[in-house]
Amino acid sequence: MTETTSVQATTETVEEFAQRAKAWLAANMPTCDPQDPPSADRGEQQPWLRARELQKMLYEGGFAGICFPREYGGLGLPISYQRAFDEVSRGYELPIILNMPTFAICAATILDTGSEAQKRERISAAIRGEEVLVQLLSEPSGGSDLASVITRADRKGDKWVINGAKTWSTSAFAADYGLLLARTAWDLPKHEGLTMFLVKLDSPGIDMRRIKQVNGSEEFCEEFFDNLELDDDAVVGEVNDGWSVASRQLYHERRAVGGGSEFSSGIGAEGKTDQPVDYVELVEELGQADNERVREMAGRALVRRAVHEQLIHHVYDGVLDGSLPPAAGSIIRISHAENVQFEMDTALAMTGSPGVVDDGRGLFRIGNRFLSRQAASLGGGTTEIARNIIGERVLGFSREYAADRGVPFNQVKRKRD
Amino acid sequence: MSEVASPERLLFVSTAAAFLEKEASLSRVRELHAAGTSFDRGWWQRAAKLGWASMLVPEELGGGSVSGDGVADLALVAEQVGHTVAPGPLHPVNTVLAGLIDAENAEAHATTIEALVAGELIASWAVYEPRRGWAPLETTVTATATPDGFRIDGVKDRVEAGTDADVILLVARVGDALQQFLVPADAAGVTIEPQESLDLVKRYALVTFDGVSVSADAVVGSPGQSEALIRRQAQVAQVLQCAEVVGILDTVFGFTTQWALDRHSFGRPLASYQALKHRFADMKIWLEACRATTRAAIAAVGARADDADVSASVAKSYVGEHAAPMLQHCVQLHGGIGVTWEHDLHLFLRRVTLYRSMFGTPEDHNLRVYAHAEAQKEAS
Repeated sequence: MTETTSVQATTETVEEFAQRAKAWLAANMPTCDPQDPPSADRGEQQPWLRARELQKMLYEGGFAGICFPREYGGLGLPISYQRAFDEVSRGYELPIILNMPTFAICAATILDTGSEAQKRERISAAIRGEEVLVQLLSEPSGGSDLASVITRADRKGDKWVINGAKTWSTSAFAADYGLLLARTAWDLPKHEGLTMFLVKLDSPGIDMRRIKQVNGSEEFCEEFFDNLELDDDAVVGEVNDGWSVASRQLYHERRAVGGGSEFSSGIGAEGKTDQPVDYVELVEELGQADNERVREMAGRALVRRAVHEQLIHHVYDGVLDGSLPPAAGSIIRISHAENVQFEMDTALAMTGSPGVVDDGRGLFRIGNRFLSRQAASLGGGTTEIARNIIGERVLGFSREYAADRGVPFNQVKRKRD
Repeated sequence: MSEVASPERLLFVSTAAAFLEKEASLSRVRELHAAGTSFDRGWWQRAAKLGWASMLVPEELGGGSVSGDGVADLALVAEQVGHTVAPGPLHPVNTVLAGLIDAENAEAHATTIEALVAGELIASWAVYEPRRGWAPLETTVTATATPDGFRIDGVKDRVEAGTDADVILLVARVGDALQQFLVPADAAGVTIEPQESLDLVKRYALVTFDGVSVSADAVVGSPGQSEALIRRQAQVAQVLQCAEVVGILDTVFGFTTQWALDRHSFGRPLASYQALKHRFADMKIWLEACRATTRAAIAAVGARADDADVSASVAKSYVGEHAAPMLQHCVQLHGGIGVTWEHDLHLFLRRVTLYRSMFGTPEDHNLRVYAHAEAQKEAS
């Protein structure tokens, strides 16, 4: 799918690899009930420490970074090996929260665009379970217009000096390095004056705070940069070519959000709150096992869920064989969001009042989940932007008018007069 | 389904496409309709020569597939048929064949199978009963043992191509046991009355069996095998429908996209309006999801996988739910021309609307998918 996967010759077949992984997992990894995984609230510290530990175990056992090249600490194997590993690793406790954004987005992008040193150091440290990576892209003033970055990187002597603010950075509090997009030229059009930096997050000049969401989660952070100093070796790709790097991140993110990345390992839920709704259990809890209307609603949601899984494979294969363009990853991104919406709506409708008034049966969780329903349609770029992408880059329709196209950024209107 | 890879399959598909284009175009469909005809038997024989009734049949019974996976090959034909919503008994003939070749007494029906493969005979599956929904394992039609065989009494309806069929495969009950029978349409006591459908050329029939005597060798499979045969026939009928709908959606989405690029309003192409662009994006997602789930169902049914039943239900539910609304979106995007008789859109809309409700509505299949999840949970 991407030019990032360097496939190496292996004498071991997928089947042999899967058998070996199965035996190793049984002997070395803690099991967990896939229906009831350990709590992995991304807003807490503990799950991250645990994830690093688990990743270390995978690395030592030779099952980490399956699709990353060998020279950067991976196994250099094709996706079929990763899928086989995913199958046999169901039921084991895995560092699922490291998939996003560390492996599937950040490491994948560094692999595409980073310097040799960045690849050697950051990717392998992540694969060894020693480092967590995040994206520092969105800004308070930006929203969907991601390239309208106003965080600045100014050249002072042989240093880059960063000032500004970033927001919606997933789990940045638990991370070691971040990919930070900053403006290095103001007299060039929006996309042409940006540079990507790889930033150590405990550096002086970074003030990090948590964002509290509707569902109480504090997994997202905002960061304020006050004269943060960086060296030239922090630049990812070329100066003023940061948009290409960011585009790779977005590309990897779109694929990964829907579950189509070869760099994600393990396919279980991240934790209790991320668990797919168990409709059979819900119908029983509701005492509606004989209610055909409720059964039909649940069946419809299960159909949507099954088709989403089939669509992930179909789009992946389609991009691989050229029947779909790479931008078709947005199909998965939207399908994921639509499915979350459909499932949350279905569960809320099935549950009725115990979903909104806590009667002590635990069904109140359904109402609470519904409140954050839109998060899946917003995170990683809104579904509106994704629909534009399908329209323009998959179907070939003309691009949306943009008042800032080709205009030097310092002349672009950024607020109402 | 889009996995056409091998040169043999490419040739098979292109031959089918060329044949359809020449002999079953949209204007031909309109002509047949105007003449009050469903399809031409000579045409079906020529289609059969291309292998359209041989894919499911093993070579020793006179059949043969292109790739070794007859279900997948047949689905490719169905997808091509969708491009022109062509007429013909592709579905009923192959659905009946799916049952006949799996039957323990397949040899007893060898002559019929051979004639079906050659396109000389038309068969259809009588599984629906008046005023009843999709319940293939339930029947009120009775077969009573007689000294020479069985006497069949009861009524079936919504029998595709029923007025054109030479033989009818029907589900009946012998005591408490399910049993399928192959009955000649001209047997004494069989009455066939046409039923109109939404489609321009697909016709159905109400078939009454009034004391119809059949010999003992009219049975298809044993009572113990009946449920498995009926399930298999249903799966084949369902995946063929889905494959044909994918062909329809592909064609309609294609010409509607072209329309949006060509048609200008207020000095801009329709395709430049974001409201419409987003609608097209949604349709693209539905189209690819229909392809994905149909492909998965074809693979499961072709491989006779354990999940073949539920895979067919998932596909049938999703495709059934999304195809007709997608066609209506395309009508809307065409504007007024879209609701005229002259425009071809309604030919496609008719077929997908028909298929939505035949062999189980999406709602029926949702219940099946839920029951499957429930059974799986109980088993674990």
